[in-house]
Amino acid sequence: MAACGGASHKVTLVMSDYAKPLPSPSPDTQPFWDACKRHELSLPYCRACARFFFYPRRFCPRCFSWDIDWRACSGRGTLYTFAIQYRPQVPGFTPPYVTAIVQLEEGPRLLTNLVGIEPSPETIRCDMPVEVTWEDATDEITLPLFRPAP
Amino acid sequence: MSLKQKVAIVGADETDRIGIIPDATPIMLHAEAARNALRDAGIEKSEVDAVLTCGISGMASTQLCEYLGIIPKYTDSTMTGGSSFEIHVEHAAAAINAGLCSVALITHGETGHSGRMRRGPRGGFFDPTLPAMQFEVPFGVGGAPSAYCMAAMRHMHQYGTTSEQLAEIAVATRKWAQLNPRAMMRDDLTIEDVLSSRWIAYPFHVYDCCLVTDAGGAVVVVGAERARDFKKKPVWVLGSGEASTHQSLLGMDDITTTPARYSGKAAFEMAGVTHDDIDVVEVYDSFTYTALVTLEELGFCAKGEGGPFVSGQRTAPGGDFPMNTNGGGLSYTHPGMYGMFILIEAVRQLRGECGARQVPDARLALVNGTGGTLSATGTLILGAD
Ligand SMILES: [Zn+2]
Repeated sequence: MAACGGASHKVTLVMSDYAKPLPSPSPDTQPFWDACKRHELSLPYCRACARFFFYPRRFCPRCFSWDIDWRACSGRGTLYTFAIQYRPQVPGFTPPYVTAIVQLEEGPRLLTNLVGIEPSPETIRCDMPVEVTWEDATDEITLPLFRPAP
Repeated sequence: MSLKQKVAIVGADETDRIGIIPDATPIMLHAEAARNALRDAGIEKSEVDAVLTCGISGMASTQLCEYLGIIPKYTDSTMTGGSSFEIHVEHAAAAINAGLCSVALITHGETGHSGRMRRGPRGGFFDPTLPAMQFEVPFGVGGAPSAYCMAAMRHMHQYGTTSEQLAEIAVATRKWAQLNPRAMMRDDLTIEDVLSSRWIAYPFHVYDCCLVTDAGGAVVVVGAERARDFKKKPVWVLGSGEASTHQSLLGMDDITTTPARYSGKAAFEMAGVTHDDIDVVEVYDSFTYTALVTLEELGFCAKGEGGPFVSGQRTAPGGDFPMNTNGGGLSYTHPGMYGMFILIEAVRQLRGECGARQVPDARLALVNGTGGTLSATGTLILGAD
């Protein structure tokens, strides 16, 4: 993998035994990934709109205010939608695996994996309650995954 | 100022072969399709003064003009995935109407099947810090099947859409393919076959998913004053619209929608026709779900009622809603950005060239391309004299 198209900052690729693609944090997303490393779900918050948004930018995509801070989220939400991937759509993934879009109780949605449940159409339902769980992929990158909430 | 009936499509054709073409590159297919579409119109290459294309490289129109030996007055490399070519027609109409050019060539060529292993990630333009590379790919969402299925799942949950209703589209579209000798998939297919086929990505069975083929296509657009000077009768651009609402599924407020609600509305308003006036509908069917949700978004039925709307083989030959009459991306061909082929099929239907699959007295056609992850749409309403 290499950066092209005039990327103005250095891209560091993390090498490890972890076989799946890892995110390359950018200056505007670094606080999100730094918080993940601490096992905290922290999202950008627009002070003008008084709303969270995702994915991270240095401004609010709704009102274009640049008055942003980062706030901790509960890590709880519901399963907005999901799919069971029976083919490896991305190298390193072993099917079947569950891709999911989680509706956080604070408002934004994350795309993630649902883990801790049989990947079966019989067990997974839209709108079921879920909570964050952490996958420490490397020393640098921790991914927010979700599991069924009690 | 409206673009209604300011331009016409006077040439439309595909590469000689479609399907599996191991001995071609994408740009070769662009050139062959261009030759065939110009021949269809009876226009010399030397008359082309505008080129609109995408998918070859980051400077697609410049690359193609060099390859074809054209010094254009106007080019456009707008890239919105499978809707690019519908949008190119609108852009060509605007440019011709503004006097910037007079003969616009729009081309497509992809080796989705044979070239797959030679293609770099994301077409060679690849920034690992892009949002999708940070927030989707690390979670195993990559190609279209891994994303569209999640939109379909929510639609099924929210509106009660069923696998059987999605299968209705796969089966109806296969029946059209059986009337088209150039279609890749022509075996009998039943709803039971679809439902018992393997999963690609639940809730999609393999027959819910389009083919992956090699193919090219091209159309030629000219201004109204020249439209009757060529070999074939003109197919008028009566209405057009384009819209995009997001790149990633995460950018959608309601994942069960598409921007066709905007592009379709614009096209209908420009054309000044109603849904009941449309004789034949060609909508991008990357997946059965894509066609179903597009019918809702275009307003052919109420939101959430796409499932009941397509039931009873309504979109099949002999049904009262002829749709995807070449056999679709599901059964005809689908090289990657299939939007060129719905456009060509609409032109052929309006010219009455479709033989066994001809929709009788087709005078008005609607074409809707969808690109990205339900991201960008282009809608055209085309009419015959
Ligand atoms: Zn704001």
